[in-house]
Amino acid sequence: MAMRWKNTLTDKDVTDEATFINRRQLMGSAAAGLGLGSIGATPGLATGEDLVPNSFEDITSYNNYYEFGTGKDDPARYAGALTTEPWSVKIDGLVDKPGDYAFDDIMAAMTIEERIYRFRCVEAWSMVVPWNGFELADLLDMAGVQSGAKYVAFETAMRPDEMPGLRYPVLDWPYVEGLRLDEALHPLTMMATGIYGRDIPNQNGAPLRLVVPWKYGYKSIKSIVRVTLTDTQPPTSWNKANAREYGFYSNVNPEVDHPRWSQATERVIGGGLFSKRIPTLMMNGYADEVSELYAGMDLTKDI
Amino acid sequence: MPAFTDHINTALRRVPTWAVYIVFLLPVPYFLYLAQTGALGAEPIKALEHRLGEVALQLLIAGLCVTPLRGYFGINLMKFRRAFGVLAFTYVALHLLVWVVLDMSLLWSQMWADVWKRPYITIGMVGFVALLPLAITSNNYSVRKLGAGAWRKLHKVTYLAVLLGGVHYLWLVKGIQLEPILYMAAILALLGLRVAKRSKRVAQTG
Repeated sequence: MAMRWKNTLTDKDVTDEATFINRRQLMGSAAAGLGLGSIGATPGLATGEDLVPNSFEDITSYNNYYEFGTGKDDPARYAGALTTEPWSVKIDGLVDKPGDYAFDDIMAAMTIEERIYRFRCVEAWSMVVPWNGFELADLLDMAGVQSGAKYVAFETAMRPDEMPGLRYPVLDWPYVEGLRLDEALHPLTMMATGIYGRDIPNQNGAPLRLVVPWKYGYKSIKSIVRVTLTDTQPPTSWNKANAREYGFYSNVNPEVDHPRWSQATERVIGGGLFSKRIPTLMMNGYADEVSELYAGMDLTKDI
Repeated sequence: MPAFTDHINTALRRVPTWAVYIVFLLPVPYFLYLAQTGALGAEPIKALEHRLGEVALQLLIAGLCVTPLRGYFGINLMKFRRAFGVLAFTYVALHLLVWVVLDMSLLWSQMWADVWKRPYITIGMVGFVALLPLAITSNNYSVRKLGAGAWRKLHKVTYLAVLLGGVHYLWLVKGIQLEPILYMAAILALLGLRVAKRSKRVAQTG
């Protein structure tokens, strides 16, 4: 059932390693000379659909993964300790074939494709990431979703020995997230297992993570060990920590103000010291694809 | 112990104030260098903004340490206290400048809304405004003009500003994080020493 969604971006939009290195050098020398970081390609600069993916270095060095610490560079520094082989995902709840699914068996059954998505963090920064992975719908098909299922709950690995951030009660561990079943089955919703054609690095949520491009980044839960189909709305970590600020839906919406950050604009990572803010797009630019999911809902209330 | 603190105080007396200004301003070009070379990471603007804010808070706390250091340990940094204050204000102003120019890209309407709507920004801005009269009067002319008593009274606004700085940090982070809690604990402890001393004085004279 793969290939349901056609990427408007193609392989040639993915900066290859050589150009990427050139670009860094170009940007570096430009920045050093005049303080202008915009020579060559600035990541994410949107002119129509001509999105420029961020460099592999940007994507893998600037992360929020609080299990490894709250600093943006903590995940890159500490996530190496995470054992990702072997890995299995427990799929349970309202499914026909509950059980522990070995990561390798999942990969063998899936069709891996590339998806270049915008990634928008609730902290008002964004990136463009060339993910590799498969549609979540295909994984759910594998387990057989029962008719009573209405929601999908996800859980991140919780390993105190490997995750130094778990020592601090920043959140109620383990990290949990959830989607409504129709959101989970939407062809844009994917499980990412790679970036730039390489295995996804630990700091980005190895060996498999959710990617829901029209929602704020924290919905895209990392290093998933459990997927549960339920008939009730599952709890989600940030909502438990601060319900006023983080709703269950958490759709990117420049018109709904967050108490902490204005969501009207965002800064694309990778533009250097003089990178300008750009307007944030409704549903992160995926409104045409996903608006029907929320027909009849008041998006200013159901945040 | 007295001999030891005497040595320290003698050494401190030899340090000119301008040297303190220079040393404590060195982080500014250093941070800019780090930002330009990519050493501040993929998002140097926030990193620069946070570094400047953190140094501002550290300098405000250093200013609060001067009196207890003399009272409890006999170490005399009184000569540098005003420098700590002026430097702290400089870092707060740079922190604000980075926010306005680099972080917010001069989007005035969005900034204006942020100052009113986001409590941590409101608090930070109140802290900056509270420091303004102190920065303006940080010169001998103002001390003479105001009189030492009134000047000292005015400069107690520092207590409010540092408290606001601590709350600003505590409030801006997501979830419960350790660092802002440690800063706040230090601030409360240093302010607590003053409250304790004051109530003791009141008890003695009253």
